[in-house]
Amino acid sequence: MSRNIRDVEKALDHTFASGHSACSGCGEALGARLVLRAAGKNVILTTATGCLEVFSANYPYSSWGVPWIHSLFENSAAVASGIEAALRVTGKLGKTKVIAQGGDGATADIGFGALSGMFDRGHDILYVCYDNEAYMNTGVQRSGLTPYDASTTTSPAGKEAWGNPRPKKDLPQIVVAHGVPYVATASVAYPHDLDRKVKKALSIHGPKYIQVHVPCPLGWRHDSALTIDIAELAVKTGLYPLVEFENGKLVAVRRIPKKVPVEEYLKPQGRFAHLFRSEEGRSQIEVIQVMADANIERYHLMARPETEVEPWSPTEA
Amino acid sequence: MTQRFIQGFRAVAEATALSRPQVLSAYPITPQTGIVEELAQMVADGTLKAEFVNVESEHSAASVVLGASATGVRVYTATTSQGLLLMNEVLYNIAGMRLPVVLTCVNRAVSAPINIWNDQQDSISVRDAGILQLYAENNQEGVDLLIQAYRIAEDHRILLPVMVCMDGYILPHAYEPVDIPSQEAVDSFLPAYDPLYRLDPDNPVSMGALAEPDKYLETRYMIHKAMESALKLIPQVAAQFQATFGRATGGLVESYRMEDAEVALVTMGSLAATLKETADELRAEGRKVGVVRLIAYRPFPAQELRRTLGKARRALVLEKAISLGSEGPLALEVKAAFHGLSPAPAIASCVAGLGGRDIPVETIKRLASQPSLASPEFVDLRADVELEGVER
Repeated sequence: MSRNIRDVEKALDHTFASGHSACSGCGEALGARLVLRAAGKNVILTTATGCLEVFSANYPYSSWGVPWIHSLFENSAAVASGIEAALRVTGKLGKTKVIAQGGDGATADIGFGALSGMFDRGHDILYVCYDNEAYMNTGVQRSGLTPYDASTTTSPAGKEAWGNPRPKKDLPQIVVAHGVPYVATASVAYPHDLDRKVKKALSIHGPKYIQVHVPCPLGWRHDSALTIDIAELAVKTGLYPLVEFENGKLVAVRRIPKKVPVEEYLKPQGRFAHLFRSEEGRSQIEVIQVMADANIERYHLMARPETEVEPWSPTEA
Repeated sequence: MTQRFIQGFRAVAEATALSRPQVLSAYPITPQTGIVEELAQMVADGTLKAEFVNVESEHSAASVVLGASATGVRVYTATTSQGLLLMNEVLYNIAGMRLPVVLTCVNRAVSAPINIWNDQQDSISVRDAGILQLYAENNQEGVDLLIQAYRIAEDHRILLPVMVCMDGYILPHAYEPVDIPSQEAVDSFLPAYDPLYRLDPDNPVSMGALAEPDKYLETRYMIHKAMESALKLIPQVAAQFQATFGRATGGLVESYRMEDAEVALVTMGSLAATLKETADELRAEGRKVGVVRLIAYRPFPAQELRRTLGKARRALVLEKAISLGSEGPLALEVKAAFHGLSPAPAIASCVAGLGGRDIPVETIKRLASQPSLASPEFVDLRADVELEGVER
């Protein structure tokens, strides 16, 4: 079925209006738009300092058709906690949902204490982390969620370095360890899956966490037309497993019918270009393949649906 | 008016509860914690209908009250010293977003070296954040200024955070007779919070947008104008407070025996009590000494200061803070208030009481008689402590 742009606009309800200043192919803008569409209008949102806040709310313009607040870099979860407390004390909580948003740096690094506190206190808040794997708003610096070997401006590849020397911080597992009732990873390449996860999260009382993989053409240095393809390859290689935890238990994963070698994901991205220039680089790619394989094994990404974890019913091909 | 002999913590907590805040958030830090412990117990007992949010840092305490205030409810937090410094970033943000957050700062020295005792370096350090700062002389005033703070902060002409400062240990730890007003009286003085804007799905607004160079300056100007409006509003609120509660508290500046004073002792906070006693003793010895106490530090009441201090020959600004590499920050501003005016008092900067050092009456008498003082004068600097590598 073909849809024209008007149908799409109608479906999006203008809760996150176009006309903002995000780069073409921005995964985060798409991610936010999908999250808002799923959340509906009876919602209050916070956003940490970062690209999302800058491109969506440049006074006097705003893309947000729902109540929205940006305060600082590291306090999105704490500001949301205050909003939730205010809704609770005035009897509006439940009817009105609270969503805290932040990029990977705001979530995994500078705002980590506030995030942990929000989970610890059990606020009825969905926290959405838009993971584009570096500090993109300040010009592509390494964050705790930057993947192994990615070249950023503060973890550059050079004669004595392969880029970021550490693997991604396993934030979803850290959140699971907080006893958070719902934790999921998602990707803008799978919009229906993201939509379902947001709706499911918002149906659960208590803290929730969704980490959405959102490619950044500028920082990852890929063609802006390839955003969705790249995001899909991250999932299909096993490098970005899409998983769901309920009450600490892995309940669903997006299966990989046929494993794609990591090379196919890495190659179109300038941030990994240095790995393709030498034989030593090849061995680094092998290390990344081992990481992807470990994810596949850990989350049974290629297992038969009837084994280990509950069956997964895909809503899209 | 019925007075109870209670601890300052309890008095401030009761005043807070009477102001009916709906969201409270704080992080433990000495010597503030007593206030929020009392409030937590009130919430636990159901005598205060509010959400008490236990946070993981002062940065988050300020952020929680920011979020709650933006959602349209009345809020409260309290802190001191390092906690206030950790809040600093959020305090600028609260002011910039024009949210009427009210907080108590229990004044304490700033590390290093770590020191939990009283001075006012903490609140002075957030001077430029856009927060109104009111300094209490005693626990009664800590109570009264807190109730007034909500009236001032929430006035639509102001919409800025207000911080009531109380000297650590000297006030909140102390037991004093305090009149805690009735709920009915407070309710008649302090109407329910009526937010101009709030986060509401029925009427969505965006808060905290980016302001480019063509807009940012105007936001600062608007805050500055609100501060100027507060110079007018603070005395009005004090007058209304007196009409309701029968007690004169608040205003911008307190003047004590200044009518014919040749020497003025200028300060903020609890030190004023010692200075008043000193002035009484010196007057008994035939010296014309008075005291000027700033209640409001932000907005800075320059005009009021000129009026009260203008006839004095000499002014000693005794303050519990220093702008290292310069002078006492209050002294600098008092000097600025008289810039270019003649006649004007000779103004001396006396840095005293840092890190909880006692300031005895005898010391103040000596300063008042000493014809020349260092600039700044470090009051009661010990001669018996070796200052490695430093010439006295």
